[in-house]
Amino acid sequence: MAEEKKLFKVTIDNITIDVEPGTSILNAARQIGGDVTPPAMCYYSKLKDSGGKCRTCLVEVAAGSTADPRPMPKLVASCRTNVMDGMVVKNITSDRVTDARNGVVEFLLINHPLDCPICDQAGECHLQDLSYEHGKGASRYEFKRRTFDKHELGPYIQLHMTRCILCYRCVYTADQVSNERRHGILSRGDHAEIATYIEKSLDNDFIGNVIDVCPVGALTDKTFRFKNRVWFTKPVDAHCKCDKCSGEVQLWMRGDEVLRVTARKDEWGEVKDTTKGEPGWICNTCRFERKKISDWVIEGPTQVNRHSVISQGHYVGVKKPHETIAKVMGGRDPKLLMNIKDVSEVNQVELSELKGPATSESFKQLKKGN
Amino acid sequence: MGRKLLLEKAHVEGIRHYDVYRREGGYRSVEKVLKTMSPEAVVEEVKKSGLRGRGGAGFPTGMKWSFLAKPEGVPRYLVVNADESEPGTFKDRYLMEFIPHLLIEGMICASYALGSNTSYIYIRGEYWWVKEILEVAVQEARNAGFLGKNILGSGFDCDIFVQPGAGAYICGEETALIESLEGKRGNPRIKPPFPAVKGLWGCPTVVNNVESIAAVVPIVNDGGEEYAKLGTGKSTGTKLISACGNINKPGVYEIEMNISVEEFIYSDEYCGGIANGKKLKACIPGGSSVPILPANLLLKTAKGESRMMTYESLSDGGFATGTMMGSGGFIVMDEDQCVVKHTYTLARFYRHESCGQCSPCREGTGWMEKILLKIDQGKGSMSDIDLLWDIQRKIEGNTICPLGDAAAWPVAAAIRHFRDEFEWHVTNPSEAVVRNYGLANYAKPLEVATPA
Ligand SMILES: Cc1cc2nc3c(=O)[nH]c(=O)nc-3n(C[C@H](O)[C@H](O)[C@H](O)COP(=O)(O)O)c2cc1C
Ligand code: SF4
Ligand code: SF4
Ligand code: FES
Repeated sequence: MAEEKKLFKVTIDNITIDVEPGTSILNAARQIGGDVTPPAMCYYSKLKDSGGKCRTCLVEVAAGSTADPRPMPKLVASCRTNVMDGMVVKNITSDRVTDARNGVVEFLLINHPLDCPICDQAGECHLQDLSYEHGKGASRYEFKRRTFDKHELGPYIQLHMTRCILCYRCVYTADQVSNERRHGILSRGDHAEIATYIEKSLDNDFIGNVIDVCPVGALTDKTFRFKNRVWFTKPVDAHCKCDKCSGEVQLWMRGDEVLRVTARKDEWGEVKDTTKGEPGWICNTCRFERKKISDWVIEGPTQVNRHSVISQGHYVGVKKPHETIAKVMGGRDPKLLMNIKDVSEVNQVELSELKGPATSESFKQLKKGN
Repeated sequence: MGRKLLLEKAHVEGIRHYDVYRREGGYRSVEKVLKTMSPEAVVEEVKKSGLRGRGGAGFPTGMKWSFLAKPEGVPRYLVVNADESEPGTFKDRYLMEFIPHLLIEGMICASYALGSNTSYIYIRGEYWWVKEILEVAVQEARNAGFLGKNILGSGFDCDIFVQPGAGAYICGEETALIESLEGKRGNPRIKPPFPAVKGLWGCPTVVNNVESIAAVVPIVNDGGEEYAKLGTGKSTGTKLISACGNINKPGVYEIEMNISVEEFIYSDEYCGGIANGKKLKACIPGGSSVPILPANLLLKTAKGESRMMTYESLSDGGFATGTMMGSGGFIVMDEDQCVVKHTYTLARFYRHESCGQCSPCREGTGWMEKILLKIDQGKGSMSDIDLLWDIQRKIEGNTICPLGDAAAWPVAAAIRHFRDEFEWHVTNPSEAVVRNYGLANYAKPLEVATPA
């Protein structure tokens, strides 16, 4: 008989769970789900060595373990700190964490261009989510924002360095997923930038995945550029027979038009595993060249269960993460300061009822119809 | 006059070369270690000596050595940190330039103690001429049989390589140093794992400061207990201090850690007093990262005791009223120096040197620099001072490596002790651009609360 593996007990925001030894605090919190999960801007479970950099996932360790119950003096990066048996962690129940996280969000925003209105990532941007939850109404930064010269990365991938938060995910992706890395980080400090040094285009079969891992709009899909706002498009799961990748993708459609192809993502915004259980990275051909509906077998609407502004829209089968917040905060809900439905027309209507292309006109009509 | 253990012979004619160094008693410690001691016994002597790391953190060296993991069949490495880029610190350069064999001798003993057959000196790129001096010294030691295979017939092999950096302060942080040594971008690693477990090329590694390793020589020669007799309490032995700023005799001094700060600044043996007959206003006693203190708190602790040149006394009172020994870069400021401008200069340095990996340091250092410049130019407001405080508070403790803290502390200390001066810049903008705030009451003796 196989020996039973000892599990570690860890308590996060008063919720206790058993996890495998070697699990990070962040992944333990993801197993609980909902609001006790710290936000992660740089960690990506499918990329080795990722994490530790952005500092949004900082948590307080109130007790190190049963064996050594001393608290840790500093906040720790939950993505890179493993749980110990009997560890007690505070995330949203810690004022220190809230304070530090507000600080990190402010730091990430001081030099950000805040050009969401013209950014293709808007609606599915992790920085946008984070600012809704932790940002202030006004900036305390009154200096000129940092900008970068534009670099071309070839025919498919658009780089907006000014939006980059230097999470290094695209660097790890190029190293670990594609067969050649041609870009990296140049310079240091607040002048560090993603670049190819000598202008080169990024083109190998899997490099398009850097777009999916980028938490912000620094790397976007040129074939989708300015075509539509993501919340006007309908995500559907589809597949094709592809000799390079699994062919399991998500199409972002408007009427019968395929506007964009991406990998399928899970509720943390990470690429999902395929039906065969491998990481669902997709190839450039699927992503950039199969833009006809006849290229694909459509499986049905994507279950949007992502923790994102986009999930505030009315999609088919929205799976909301279960809310733990009331449970641990005694009924207090410190999350969204603003209900997006109060200010956005888009969210007043059922997207799934739209036939054909979605335009602002059709929204107005639908609203009148209501 | 205090005992000198490191620099005593530094000015003997020709000591830079092997023959003179050997004639003056050099490499005795290597003979002693290889012929009469086990590696564990060397570690034991260093533990007994109470030697604390001279690179800044003051971590006990013997203890650090005993933490080194020793898995079967995996090489171990000793790396000497000669990156010395902390503003105000120039003691390692002095040692390496004048008496390079002392470092090499110490490295051989330490390598033997740690089981490192290949040891490295990672030297700051700007010290290119010192690198050349070290390379000559390494070659001389090799020719004399103190490096290479089977040293002195003991069966111990050891070689030393000198690797220059490319001019980045961050490469002095031990894990960034290791990355750089491996030929990668000098980004600090996320810990754990610590270098003692996974360091250079993924193998157990000890990183020590130049001075820490040089101190192994007198420790081996005289024994750990003898070494521990020098100094005070847990600050054993001698310490190199690089003194600079508004003093009569800037330079590198080897002090026994039993003198007062006042003696160090004013005695003719050391700094020789404040230059041009001016008065002492403030001092950063341990390199740019440690908190600045006004004259009154520098010379006397909050308890009214004389502050001594020891790890404990300098940090007496914590950050509220104390500072740190740090790396021994002793920066003295007279009454004509402007603390706001000075803090701005440091902030600019840290902004420039941040590696940019983590958000609080990458973004926060630049923000602090801009606000400090604004205040210095007489364009600041009172709320800027509070904002500055809030920014440093949100950087400190929330970053990957201590550079974030090192950038936050000088700003915090300047506001803590010199808030008047910051406010004066805000309320007297036109004056602030043409003259300095001056000494004010920063040298006025503080009232000591009598214990109830
Ligand atoms: C930003 C930064 C720069 C540093 N620069 C140096 C340096 O130039 N020289 C040095 O010996 N230690 C430096 N350190 C400290 C090293 O990380 C490490 O603690 C030290 O080399 C250990 O040696 P020791 O135990 O002998 O003091 C630096 C640390 C930081 C965070
Ligand atoms: S471009 Fe995107 S993925 Fe790459 S480092 Fe910047 S934010 Fe991260
Ligand atoms: S604290 Fe600064 S220097 Fe250190 S890892 Fe973070 S960004 Fe780099
Ligand atoms: S997600 Fe943990 S530090 Fe970025």
